[in-house]
Amino acid sequence: MLPPVKRRNAELVLIVFAIGITMAGIAMAGINLNGRVPAAMWTVGLTFGALSAAAHVAMRFVAPYADPLILPCTLFLNGIGVAMIWRLNAVDVEDIERAGVGMQLVWTAVGLICCFLIIIFLKDPRVLQRYTYISGLVAIVLLMLPAVPGLGKEVYGARLWIGIGPFTLQPSEFAKIALVIFLASYLMNKRQVLQIVGKPIKIGRFKIIDLPRARDMAPILVGWLLAIGMLVLLTDLGTSLLLFGTFLAMLYVATQRSSWVTIGLLLFVSGAYIAYLLFWHVQARVNIWLNAFDQEVYYEVGGSQQLVQGLVGMAYGGLFGTGLGAGQAHNIFAADSDFILASLGEELGVTGLLAILLVLGLLVERGMRMALASTGVFNKLLASGIAFVLAYQVFIVLGGLTRVIPLTGSTTPFMSAGGSALMASWIMMGILLRISDNARRPAPQAIQDEGATQVIRR
Amino acid sequence: MNTPIRRLSVFALFLLVVLMLNVTWIQGFQAEAIRNDPLNTRKFSERLSEARGPIQVAGENVAYSEDISEEGKPPKYQREYVGGGLYTPIVGSFRTYGASGIEYTENALLDGSDDRLAVRNFRDIITGREPEGAQVLLTLDPGVQKAGYEAFAALGGKNGAAVALDPDTGAVLGAVSYPSYDANEVVSITDTQAAVDNYTAMENDPRKPLLNRALNERYPPGSTFKVVTAAAAMEYLDATPESTQDAPDVLSLGNDLPNATPGGTCNGGQPDTLAHSIQISCNTSFANWAIEVGGQNLSEQASAFGFHPTVEDAEANPLNIPLSVTPSYAPPEEDRNILGRAGIGQSNVEATPLQMAMVAAGVANSGEVMRPYVVDSVRDSDLSVITQTSPETYSQAVSASTAEDLTEMMTLVTQQGGSGTNAAIPGVQVAGKTGTAETGPDSPTHNWFIGFAPANDPQIAVAVVVEFGGGSGNELAAPIARQMMEAVVQ
Repeated sequence: MLPPVKRRNAELVLIVFAIGITMAGIAMAGINLNGRVPAAMWTVGLTFGALSAAAHVAMRFVAPYADPLILPCTLFLNGIGVAMIWRLNAVDVEDIERAGVGMQLVWTAVGLICCFLIIIFLKDPRVLQRYTYISGLVAIVLLMLPAVPGLGKEVYGARLWIGIGPFTLQPSEFAKIALVIFLASYLMNKRQVLQIVGKPIKIGRFKIIDLPRARDMAPILVGWLLAIGMLVLLTDLGTSLLLFGTFLAMLYVATQRSSWVTIGLLLFVSGAYIAYLLFWHVQARVNIWLNAFDQEVYYEVGGSQQLVQGLVGMAYGGLFGTGLGAGQAHNIFAADSDFILASLGEELGVTGLLAILLVLGLLVERGMRMALASTGVFNKLLASGIAFVLAYQVFIVLGGLTRVIPLTGSTTPFMSAGGSALMASWIMMGILLRISDNARRPAPQAIQDEGATQVIRR
Repeated sequence: MNTPIRRLSVFALFLLVVLMLNVTWIQGFQAEAIRNDPLNTRKFSERLSEARGPIQVAGENVAYSEDISEEGKPPKYQREYVGGGLYTPIVGSFRTYGASGIEYTENALLDGSDDRLAVRNFRDIITGREPEGAQVLLTLDPGVQKAGYEAFAALGGKNGAAVALDPDTGAVLGAVSYPSYDANEVVSITDTQAAVDNYTAMENDPRKPLLNRALNERYPPGSTFKVVTAAAAMEYLDATPESTQDAPDVLSLGNDLPNATPGGTCNGGQPDTLAHSIQISCNTSFANWAIEVGGQNLSEQASAFGFHPTVEDAEANPLNIPLSVTPSYAPPEEDRNILGRAGIGQSNVEATPLQMAMVAAGVANSGEVMRPYVVDSVRDSDLSVITQTSPETYSQAVSASTAEDLTEMMTLVTQQGGSGTNAAIPGVQVAGKTGTAETGPDSPTHNWFIGFAPANDPQIAVAVVVEFGGGSGNELAAPIARQMMEAVVQ
């Protein structure tokens, strides 16, 4: 239990700062592109400011004890994303004063509404435990939806979207939430079993690994099959990595047994290696990753051109960046979605990217802190799972852009243009804020102190 | 279960720290290397706002930057080219997403970023002058270049290339590649989409207008290579123009090798002199000469003219004029059938038009092959000279006396009874050699002519190839060579 400190005023100051950064970003882009401060600094900036202020006020009423850093950090990331998207749109339109941010502010509003609906109506996240297998099923259905003929849409060679009327949705963004909920409740029930040590393997006196019992291997094998299936059938390395990594992380938290992680990693690496040997599209990905600067790989259709252009942009950014609007980030394909961190690296430099990563780190660690402070296995698993997904997704995206791992094409939480990603991220924040508010709220006070049964107000 | 959560949070932080370190590494330490990578296409587009120096031929701009800045907007320059496709094979084009030709090789001088301009640049910053790129002066002779280009245009529908050299210096007087393209069509910075579309269309054009055939396409040189074989015979076997060699009407080299005219004869089936074999372009005697000279010697003689025996040798000694020249090959060949055909410029022998011009120029210049170059000098915007190319010897291919004998024999080619009479210029002695290269059983021949004029005081050496001309060297290539030579000697 954490002390019941509200610190809502601190939150307000930080939110004002985040709004200020957003407005300054738009102003800077306008000055660099057009020589003067654009009206969008006020229209876009203040709309975003109003949404942020509304969120803050709502927090005071519905979750007064929630962590005061989570909302400012997310709004900071969301705001930088909005500023960058405006700057990228501004190059595309004839008259810069007519540039907007597409649907990004609308999606921000929708995301905030989802976030607060969860805070208000999900009084205790533990009710989600009831829906263990339903959420598991939802996760799988969501992942498979894009493969349904007629519903799924192929965009730029990847089948990740579904079309509903005029909207396109990326169901895998929501699948990861359902998966975290499923894992939290499933592992809560099964953790004792999974903790049982089958057979320790020793070399001399040194224990190498505790092998689990063979019959407990089923869950990890199912998870592994799903991950490899994603990789092979949907050619979606990003989601595959994200889901299986999250699975392993939560399995570790639930059982505290590193042998699960070792087994999982071995399974995944060997599965991915076999997929690499068998499937052309996996080989192409790896080739682009390792030989990005090879002329042939660069000029191939679907080759490393985009990756190299992102890296070149970052190289031009250097330590301090060109300044928003002064670079050529708009020339990179998907500069506002999958490549938004490369765009930011170019125009805000290492300094800007480090600031963004630090804020993300802060957000992740606040989430982990909620996991430590909250009561109940389910809450702990849920909070740590959400926090880890955030960090891990950023690692997959930026790691891909900077060639730590193969480029996968995933969205950056809160920053990339696109409704599904933004809504999903805000939904996760709603859960986290609810857990946080519950964890930090003062213990219920007895309002009547007589008799054997106390009446308390929650 | 707080312990694993703590560990997981440390791991999450670790992931972010890895990203931070990697971003710092890429943007801080690797930035310079990435910016200098050839795949960085930005270095071209970012310099659109700089006044780029002109490229000149005979004192006239053939490429220059036009100021199209608008009032109160950042400066903008549009690159303009003169002459349609006339100079494009050498000058190249400076596009938003790349560059070719001199525009590419001399980029640093043209845009002013070269170290040799550092002092001037510094001075310009101090005095507040608008920085300007250097001027590049080419060795091309507009008369020669036009004569070659227009002659190809008049052929109508045939592809090909021609190179003219100053035999004394190696200066490139003409480098024609046909078809060519008007660089103005691919460099617009106001309508970049059209520029890109045009370029893509050219990339996909089956006639390959973007290919510089003069420097970057290899052809079997056919009978023009007999000059090299004759040189080898004289250098290695001490043959003279009067030396004879078996010249049967048909020589069996795996498949039968007929004489120049199928069914024809060189000397009625009798052994033929070297001089007569050159004059009428006898195949069987030259195949026998090559076999007698030996594969190693023939390859060495060819290498002395600029060919390469192997890919490794070509990679170790690249030729840049400063445009990079595709290597020509004459591998040492021991198999009699292949060697015999190599002696008449078929089988494994392949040459660029520039290479065959070097052969002609080497003979013209008393056996001394000069290193070809196309940039005469580079001048700063205040006209002070930054670099001036001085002629360099590439190799002594043959002795002066051998060169003299070769010249005499090649002069016979353009005279009455020779195989290249269409190259004759009234009142001027022209040395030359025709070539008709087989390209396959059902495909038309390549038609060649190499030569120089005047034979007694050579001022221009040329090589012309008409791709898949399907005629003879005399019929198709010799007239083009004559018109280019006339531009200098008349």
